Amino acid sequence: MANSISPHATHLQPQGWWRYFGFSIDHKVIGIQYLVTGFFFYLVGGVLAGMIRTELATPISDYLSREAYNEILTMHGTVMIFLWIVPVVNGAFGNYLVPFYVGARDMAFPRLNAVAFWMIPPAGILLIGSYFIGGAAQSGWTAYPPLSLTTPATGQVVWILSVLLLGGSSILGGINFIATILKLRRPGLKLMQLPMYCWAMLGTSILVVLSTPVLAGTLILLAFDIVAHTGFFNPVQGGNAVVYQHLFWFYSHPAVYIMVLPAFGLVSEILPVHARKPLFGYTTMVYSILAIVFLGLIVWAHHMFTSGTPPWMRLFFTIATSFIAVPTGIKFFNWLATLWGGKIALNSAMLFSCAFILNFVLGGITGVALAQVPFDIHVHDTYFVVAHFHYIVYGGTVFVIFASVYHWYPKFTGRLLNEPLGTLHFVLTFIGFNLCFGPQHWLGINGMPRRVSEYDPQFTLMNQVSSAGALLMAISTLPFLFNVIYSAFRGELAGDNPWRALTPEWLTSSPPPVENWHGPAPHVEHPYGYGMVDPA
Amino acid sequence: MTSLIPPSTAEHEAGAVLEEGHGDFRLFGLALFLVADGMTFAGLFAAYLTFRAVNPLPEGGIYELELLLPTLNTVLLVSSSFTFHRAARQLRLGEGAGCRRWLLITAALGAAFLASQMREYFTLPFGLTSNLFASTFYVLTGFHGLHVFLGVMLILIVWWQARAGGSINSQQHFGLEAAELYWHFVDGIWVVLYGIIYLL
Ligand SMILES: [Cu+2]
Repeated sequence: MANSISPHATHLQPQGWWRYFGFSIDHKVIGIQYLVTGFFFYLVGGVLAGMIRTELATPISDYLSREAYNEILTMHGTVMIFLWIVPVVNGAFGNYLVPFYVGARDMAFPRLNAVAFWMIPPAGILLIGSYFIGGAAQSGWTAYPPLSLTTPATGQVVWILSVLLLGGSSILGGINFIATILKLRRPGLKLMQLPMYCWAMLGTSILVVLSTPVLAGTLILLAFDIVAHTGFFNPVQGGNAVVYQHLFWFYSHPAVYIMVLPAFGLVSEILPVHARKPLFGYTTMVYSILAIVFLGLIVWAHHMFTSGTPPWMRLFFTIATSFIAVPTGIKFFNWLATLWGGKIALNSAMLFSCAFILNFVLGGITGVALAQVPFDIHVHDTYFVVAHFHYIVYGGTVFVIFASVYHWYPKFTGRLLNEPLGTLHFVLTFIGFNLCFGPQHWLGINGMPRRVSEYDPQFTLMNQVSSAGALLMAISTLPFLFNVIYSAFRGELAGDNPWRALTPEWLTSSPPPVENWHGPAPHVEHPYGYGMVDPA
Repeated sequence: MTSLIPPSTAEHEAGAVLEEGHGDFRLFGLALFLVADGMTFAGLFAAYLTFRAVNPLPEGGIYELELLLPTLNTVLLVSSSFTFHRAARQLRLGEGAGCRRWLLITAALGAAFLASQMREYFTLPFGLTSNLFASTFYVLTGFHGLHVFLGVMLILIVWWQARAGGSINSQQHFGLEAAELYWHFVDGIWVVLYGIIYLL
């Protein structure tokens, strides 16, 4: 009966603070473990980003050598994607919230859940450790061959091992979410009554289970090329490097949705609570998620318009990619309609959520632009792509992660975060982010290539603006860090439900007991019934 | 709207922690895992088929495969699916000894498959790095062979657990069902592999 759900098993779990450092099978503990580990790696990735922006403050390669620059940009991308965003937006909030939302006492497979988390620290240590033993990988987070076959092998192999571990963790997590949402729902709770975040996690997990294994297989082939000198992706040996790109992007386009769909879900939970209105267009939101999942699996080659793709392929992938604007547009207007006429409380959670909507629509517009072949060929591998990507993944997902921390911190700890510090954090992040990545659109359109430590001196000013923005972003983490640590001990007591929210996680004590509910799980038919249901 | 149970009333029922009465969904979890595993194979198959379509072998490259041994292997593996099914049915009928006999036959068929694949490896005129086809051939069949090896180990574990007084019996047989599902999956993958590598 190793993995079967036994609601009573968690009674045997330790209760003190040290449980966060051990093999706990309580989904809430695991969620916090993901969150804190992820945030640690956010700081690591942030330091790396700071080094990149320091180097780029001048047009010549002075602060870092070219090789060191390549190592750092590879590590920055890998750490931020695989150790910060994917684990936090899925693992942290998913583990904490999904069991509440389906009315369960834990995830479907609690032990598997703990195993999935504990694959992350070794993978992170391996990845960072590679920097000190023979140098880290230098071929970017995409590890395109033949580049990844010619850069130093040790770092690249360690990189592959680390990503395989993280991918495995992600797959085990995805299986757990699907089983929990489909099989562990409180009897009588219908799918269409689930909070939106559950739908987002269901869609995300389907993408994880279908696409992550393809990346794993691809990286195994790449490892063979490096270690055993096969020639799968090496043109010199009769291999085909473009096949790697196809397989890589079959995972890595959906990976964008693996990072951003859960953020859609989280923001759909936060907006109704602080606008005191039902989530607008629940049903269309659900179908939009499913449409994004389906379309997300058939658009990967839009990353390859300059890789010698045949015209029919370009046409198909342009059209399919442009179609994604429809379900995302629906969600965008639904969020606006949710806010429309609401009693909006502009607290930190809401500020970050609203900024997410703005950033995301900007990133979405540049995304549709990039899907068009003529434009894409012009800006391919320039800073325009960097700007687009960071508007989606930082302006989109990371903003939502911060919004979610402000929103659920009282649930985690029973105390509120300090609001003035939160506002300061928001203002610094918002200005810093736009200052950092806004000018990169201009740099890209004017032809500054990405992933190079040197550039034409005509780009100096905009790069310095961008670096100043990065400095602001670095400073913005200070009030946040202080806030989360200080408030854990001295924060204003929150009570069980400070936001008068209706979703199930608020209908128990804060922080919740080990098995989530003091009695039977509440039956929540209207998680967004503001104005319909009297908040308890 | 009376859909909400306020926390205050829930408090009164504290202590009477309810067992929610969910069925066993471990097989469902395993099936999801096999979907993921199947996608790994699908990615490798797609790579192989693309290589075949767009990367012609260099002049004089050897890619001739023997057909007899792999066909025999296909027969071995497909029949092992039936023998495993037989074992599971025996267990449900309460025939522990019969179940274990059929499990041993299944494991023997799997082991025979592996032995015959080893023989094929050692008689082929090309090695792992000879050419693109050779590399793909060895990685694909090797990855599958690893699955067969794991499967044989699982069958032997189940065989041990199904002994009189063991943890698997006619009432509790998740382990056996899981191993069976996995084994059918590995067989199915082989049939596709055989089709695209040996027949196509
Ligand atoms: Cu994409």
